[in-house]
Order: sequence, then structure tokens, then C-alpha cells
Amino acid sequence: MRAGSTLLHAAELYRDEHRERLRLFSLSLPALILVICVLVIPVGWLFWLSFISDAGQLSLEHYRRLASQASYARIFRTTFEVSFYTTALCILLGYPLAYLLAQMPRRLAAICMIAVMLPFWTSVLVRTYAWLALLQRQGVINSWGMEAGFWSEPLPLVHNLSGTLIGMTHIMLPYLVLPLYGSMKAINSDYLKAAANLGASPVRAFWLVYLPLSMPGLVAGSAIVFILCLGFYVTPALLGGGKVILVSMRIATDIEMFFNWGAASALGVVLLVLTLVLLFLASRIADFDRLAGGAR
Amino acid sequence: MRKWLTSSASETQITHGRRLWLYAYGALVMLYLVVPSLIVVPMSFSGSQYLSFPPREWSLRWYQSYFTSREWMEATWVSLRVGILTMLVATPLGTLAAYGLHISRSRWNGLAMMILVTPIIVPVILIGIGIFYVYVQISLLNTLTGLVIAHTMLALPLVILVVASGLKSFDMNQEMAARSLGAWRPVAFLRVTLPQIRFSVITSALLAFLTSFDEVIVALFISGGENSTLTRKMFLALRDQIDPTIAAISTVMILVTTSLLAMSQFFGKSGD
Repeated sequence: MRAGSTLLHAAELYRDEHRERLRLFSLSLPALILVICVLVIPVGWLFWLSFISDAGQLSLEHYRRLASQASYARIFRTTFEVSFYTTALCILLGYPLAYLLAQMPRRLAAICMIAVMLPFWTSVLVRTYAWLALLQRQGVINSWGMEAGFWSEPLPLVHNLSGTLIGMTHIMLPYLVLPLYGSMKAINSDYLKAAANLGASPVRAFWLVYLPLSMPGLVAGSAIVFILCLGFYVTPALLGGGKVILVSMRIATDIEMFFNWGAASALGVVLLVLTLVLLFLASRIADFDRLAGGAR
Repeated sequence: MRKWLTSSASETQITHGRRLWLYAYGALVMLYLVVPSLIVVPMSFSGSQYLSFPPREWSLRWYQSYFTSREWMEATWVSLRVGILTMLVATPLGTLAAYGLHISRSRWNGLAMMILVTPIIVPVILIGIGIFYVYVQISLLNTLTGLVIAHTMLALPLVILVVASGLKSFDMNQEMAARSLGAWRPVAFLRVTLPQIRFSVITSALLAFLTSFDEVIVALFISGGENSTLTRKMFLALRDQIDPTIAAISTVMILVTTSLLAMSQFFGKSGD
């Protein structure tokens, strides 16, 4: 070989490496193409439809209607309320549970973790059905309560807001507990020892040291729950009994009953934008990637 | 017992005795989580029209009504077929993508990953009507193919995330060693890398199956007629009136899920 060819070799090697990178990257192309064709293009299409008026012209008609009609305002308020209550209930039930799980001896924690994982893996439809069977007028809870004499008329437990909240909280709870557990496991217990050593009472040490340290997990879990609730369809549709109408249900009826693509698309776009904004805000506080690794 | 009550429960020196209320609360939350997931099992053996717990009389009539109903059986086969096909397509596609993105260090990686996880970020209802709109125009509506394509897309992010986390704990130098000894890259992958990340791959395959098998919303919009999935039929039945046959179907679904999970545990343990 000629002496002056080292530079050429370097360029050649660089080009080789570049080609290799592209070749390896292309392994992800089948998956990418599928997601683009079946998700990005259809959703993009809906995005486009949401700006087309009923007369077929480019306009903001559908968004203007969303902003002006009282029925839409009510649906958005219900959606936010239901999502907020569900998230609050999940925190109320999930924080103490995750706290206990994180402090248990390893073996006991593994057994108790089944209680979180079992519903997580069970089909949402099956669990919703179970709640229907438990809460309906001739359901298990009403028949027990009336036999025991606690109440004489069947209580309206389902097909209303309370039934929706009971069921949704049950479905969402694992999504809060798992990231929270992950972040609690990562808390260095020396901080708590130091707090106790410096004279903090257990309660004080919890509020001043443990709670702030578990915040990233709590924020991530709550954000996941809130976002999932915003777009939730199956459980509220079955347990709400037509009285609790969420954005997702309105989108479905707009399509199923009225074939009103513009209105449904506009609602869907608003839902998507809300989801992305919330996800962005939450990711600035909590590191989702690290938590996903920690929960496993 | 008394000793345990007065012993320290955590680093803050609080005693177990002072935290008994917390243990009781935790136990109640666990009951709330577990009971509704399991209560349909005994209820499905009830003999009466109104499901009670414990059942006043035991019978298999709801199982009989499930297994002898042509409609329910058809829907079950559709769901099983779609689930298995989704698993067979999504697992290799997702594994390839995760592997490619793991080793390529291309500057497009970030963008590619962002696109690949969109199926778990975009609200499913929006995905459902979007695919419906497109399928109407390319006449994929109510077909098995259309369903498998849609479910594969939904399952991909899970497969990719699980396999990627498996690859993270794999030492790529082993594959390099195989290649420097003359193995062609696909051979090195199949014989060195794949066997060591197989637990992640198997888990992701089961996840792909379950994603499809449990999926309701997209199937609600794009499946129908003789290609209705089990979950679609169940959802519509639950919306109208509560048929106790669904308790029997639910029990079968719980059985399928738990046996799959047990299998994944088994495969995982025997390898490590």
C-alpha cells in the first residue's frame, strides 16, 4: 500500500461505520413503518378532518363549537372531575400501600406484590364486569347489606358517579403503586436514620424527609393515572350507565350514532393535546425512564 | 407478639404497635385490589340468574351456555387466532427494532423511539376511530388481517420496551467476540445474543398476546360480523344487560392470563 493512503483509509472506515449504522438502524424500519401507517397517518388524518367544516371548507368551526356549546364544557368538566377524583383516591389508597410494600422484608413484599400484579394483569373488561356484579341492584353488596339489615332498599351503587369512581380507581391503582414503589425502594434509609438521630419524631421524619424523597414517584404515578383517566373508555362507559359522560364516550357516540367525523376528531385532538401537555409537564418533575426501570 | 409490637418498624424508630392501623389499612387496600379480580370465579359456578356470593346453589350451567353457544365460541376463536397472530408478528418486529436501536447509535434513534412508543401515549379511543376511518377506505374493516395489523401496532411498544430492557443487561462484547471469530452478524445474534435475552423475548411475546386478547376499544370499531372478538361481544353484552354467561367467560379469561404468566415465570426461572 502507498504511504499516503492512511487518510483515505480513515475516510473509508468512517464511511463504512456510517453505512453499518444505517444498516442496523434499518432493522427498526418494519416496526416504524407499521406504526406510521396504522397510527401516525390515521391520527394525522383525523387532525386534518377536525379543521374541515361540514360544508367541506377549511375552518375552525368544530373547535369554535367545542368552545361555545355548554354540553361540551360539561363533558370536559366531568372528565376532569372524574380523573381528578380517581387520581386522588388512588393516592389515598396507593401511597400507604406502596409505603408498606417498600419497607416489608423481601419475601413478604413479593407475596403482597401479587395483590398489585394480579389485577394489573386481569383484563379490564373482566374487572369491570366484577364490579357490575358486586355493585348492581341485585348485586353481592346490596344483597349482603339488606340481609344483614344495614339498609332496606337496594343502594344505587353503580350506573352513576360513585360506581364509576370505584371501578376506575380499582383499575388505575396499580399504575400508581408500581412507579411509587420503585421510587420508594430507591430512597436511601440513611436519611431517615439521620433524621431520627437528630431528634425528629417518626411523623416529622416522614413529612420532612420521606415524603419529599418519594415525590418523583408520586408525581409520575399520579400523572400516569390522570392521563389514562382522561382517555378512559371501557370502565366509565359500562359503570357510568349513561349518566357520567366523558370525552372518550362522546367521541365514540359522535362516530357510532352520527358519523360526525369533524366533531369527534376535534374532541380527539383536544384530548391528545391535553395528554401531551400533561405528559410534558410531569416529565419535567419526574424521570419516567428511570422509574420504568425501577419498577421492574 | 408483644416483643414484635414494641420493636422498631422502620429507620424512624416507630414501633410496629404504633403502626397497626397502617397495616390494617394496607390489608384493606389489598383486599380491594384482589377481591374483584377473583370473585367472578366462584360466582361463575352459581346456579341462579342473579349472581350471588357465595352461590346458593352450585352448577355448571353458565359454562354450558358458553361452550354450547356458537356465537361465543366463534368470538373466542377469533380472539385466540388474532392474539396468536399478533404475537407471532409483533415479537420479531419488536425484537428487531429494539436490537437495531440498541446497537446502531444512529442520530435518528431518538426520533424512531419516540414514534415507536406513540401507541401507548395516544388515547386508545383516538387510535380506534382513526384506524376505523382508514380501514373503511381500504376495505380492511371486519377482517382478521386488519385486526392483526392494528393489534400488532398496539403491542409493539411493549415488546420493544421489554426487549430493550433485556438488551441493556446483556454484555454486547459477547456478540462482538462471536463476530470477531467469524460469525456472520445474524448468526451471532441468533446463537449468542438471542438465547441470553430469551426471557425478555418470551415475556414480550406473552405481553403481545395479552394486549391483543384483552383489547376492547379498537376491536369495537374495526371488528364485526363473524370476525367479532370475544372482548367486543362481551362489551356489547354488558352494555345491554348482564348475562351470567360472562362470569364463566371471565373465569376462562382469568385462567388463560394466569397460566400464561405462570409459564413466563417458569421459562424465566429455568434459564437463569
